[in-house]
Amino acid sequence: MEQVTTPTQHHSGRRTDRLRKLLARHAALVGMPLFLVVFLAATVAIHPDFNAFDAQSLAMAALPLAFAAAAQAVVVISGGIDLSIGSVMAVANVLAARTMEEADFGTSLLLAAAILLAGAVVGAVNGALVVVSRVPDVIVTLTTGFIWGGVALLILERPGGGAPDDFLALATGTFGTPWLSNSLILLAVSVAVIWIPVRASKTGLRLYAIGSDRVAAFRSGVAIGPSRIVAYIVGGLFSSIGGIGLTMTTGIGSPRAGVLYTLSGLAAVVIGSVSLVGGRGGVVGPVIAAFVLTLIPSDLIFLNIDPNFGQVIQGTLIVLVVMAGGLATLARTRK
Amino acid sequence: MTAWLQRNTIAVLILLLLAFVAVVEMIKPGTINGVWLSNTLLFAAPLGILAAGQTLVMLTGGIDLSVVSVATGAAFLMTTTSLRVGDTGAVAIGLALGLIVGLVNGIGIAVLRVQPLVMTLGTGLMTQGIIIVYSQRILSTRSVVPDFIHTLGSGRLADAIPVDLFLWVPIAAVTIYGLARTGFGRLLYAVGDNREACYLAGIRVWRVLLADYAICGVLAAVAGIVLVGNTNSADLGLADTYLLPSVASVIIGGTSIFGGRGGYAGSIVGALILTVLNGLLTLLDSPEPVKQILYGAIIFLLATAYTRLTD
Repeated sequence: MEQVTTPTQHHSGRRTDRLRKLLARHAALVGMPLFLVVFLAATVAIHPDFNAFDAQSLAMAALPLAFAAAAQAVVVISGGIDLSIGSVMAVANVLAARTMEEADFGTSLLLAAAILLAGAVVGAVNGALVVVSRVPDVIVTLTTGFIWGGVALLILERPGGGAPDDFLALATGTFGTPWLSNSLILLAVSVAVIWIPVRASKTGLRLYAIGSDRVAAFRSGVAIGPSRIVAYIVGGLFSSIGGIGLTMTTGIGSPRAGVLYTLSGLAAVVIGSVSLVGGRGGVVGPVIAAFVLTLIPSDLIFLNIDPNFGQVIQGTLIVLVVMAGGLATLARTRK
Repeated sequence: MTAWLQRNTIAVLILLLLAFVAVVEMIKPGTINGVWLSNTLLFAAPLGILAAGQTLVMLTGGIDLSVVSVATGAAFLMTTTSLRVGDTGAVAIGLALGLIVGLVNGIGIAVLRVQPLVMTLGTGLMTQGIIIVYSQRILSTRSVVPDFIHTLGSGRLADAIPVDLFLWVPIAAVTIYGLARTGFGRLLYAVGDNREACYLAGIRVWRVLLADYAICGVLAAVAGIVLVGNTNSADLGLADTYLLPSVASVIIGGTSIFGGRGGYAGSIVGALILTVLNGLLTLLDSPEPVKQILYGAIIFLLATAYTRLTD
């Protein structure tokens, strides 16, 4: 028997279809906050005394990782990868701690601006090396990461330095209520100021285009090389803010601290946008994933479990997320 | 000229290696002698073995970022279990770690089609985390490097031939022969060249990849064990500095990261070049950060030159 579809059925079918497509496109945007809420609820459940102080330390601990995730996300969207982000953060971290030690608040702000500029230049160098050398980006950024790590050590050999207290308060203080950490505001404002204009402009469109299909983008007249460099510049900006954030939240510079953030930031991107495929996803998903990844070790402490399991869980989470993604694709193609 | 260079990449690499050796001799005349050669080969072996695994996965268009965690983990497991289960058992435990992580990598990449970079990043973090947790559980256990492993990693036969060559040379021979002359070896090139075509030709691609990553995991464990035989103490950062060199020696050696092109002979020369370069930077007597920057910069220049040459 043949099935008859009434017009209304057809219409509503199309509407749910469109809704489903919308959800699928913004899965990370809907899913990640949900994920974070579930984790926060779990945290409060196992640690009922969760107070403003805990919220503040979570926000501070997540700050550098969130910027590392944002930096990696932009490069991944453009179809690349950057394994030097942690080292660039380390450079910004020690630059800030070294130069701001004796400075006052105003000078510190100027220095911070200069460091952001330096971060953008470092990003541009990374991007230019990738484009000009034609060596795969994984290899180039693995090597430049090694080089920037050396530069960080050159600037500050062992942990030290500092910054004026009122400058540190830009991340360590709270705004209005003790529940609202300044670091959250710093993060939200930085991401909004840098990413929204890029995303809304043609530049942003080009980043997504070269990430999703480089040949098609080229044939549509997108200048591939410059666009790739732009992605690394934005990544360098985010990395340097992350490095300054590291100075703010730890109070010092340490040349080896940033290095950890390369892999954790990549992990946040994988979890926050469920793949490393270019041309899709955004910056918000990975940033929220950074908070989830920061919550895990502190939850383990509340549960009286060795917080070092955090890294095991982080790795397992990546593997499970990508495997589930693979399984879903497999099931779809079998159908 | 360029055409000749492209056909004889190994010859070019060997010339480059000799050039580095010549620079060492120029900076400090009298350095190049039997002892220097013996030392260089001794230090190159763990890197060469790591690079063997990395070559095998890069030929299929993959990469393995978990090799350093596996190498460190295998060495650490072996040294901390040797008092309880005996030397052979401890070595077996170390190798088993490599096999397990390799198989997990293989399942994710081959069956579930996860990107190799992401998969091995995840398993690398997992392995490292597990080893850190384990190390804190067994604080009281004494860590002992079995005698024969110590001999393997740092001994010299007749004061000249490094003992680890007796492991590296067979591994190299089997790898080179296997890649050139066996069905499995040719399949690695084929899968790296065109996975879809292999699938359509009836090749069970997933089996090839699974075996490939398992072998890479075991080789990483072997490298870690040789390395700890050399340092004689297993700490949690044992192989950390080997990630970049393990990938770089394969790239410099002419294996394409996109798969299907290259071989292990080039990686061997790549590993030797990087080891000589390391010694050269030590000779320069410059501070550690400067060495690190120079090392990275030279690797980048070599990779660029090579890509230009072969593209």
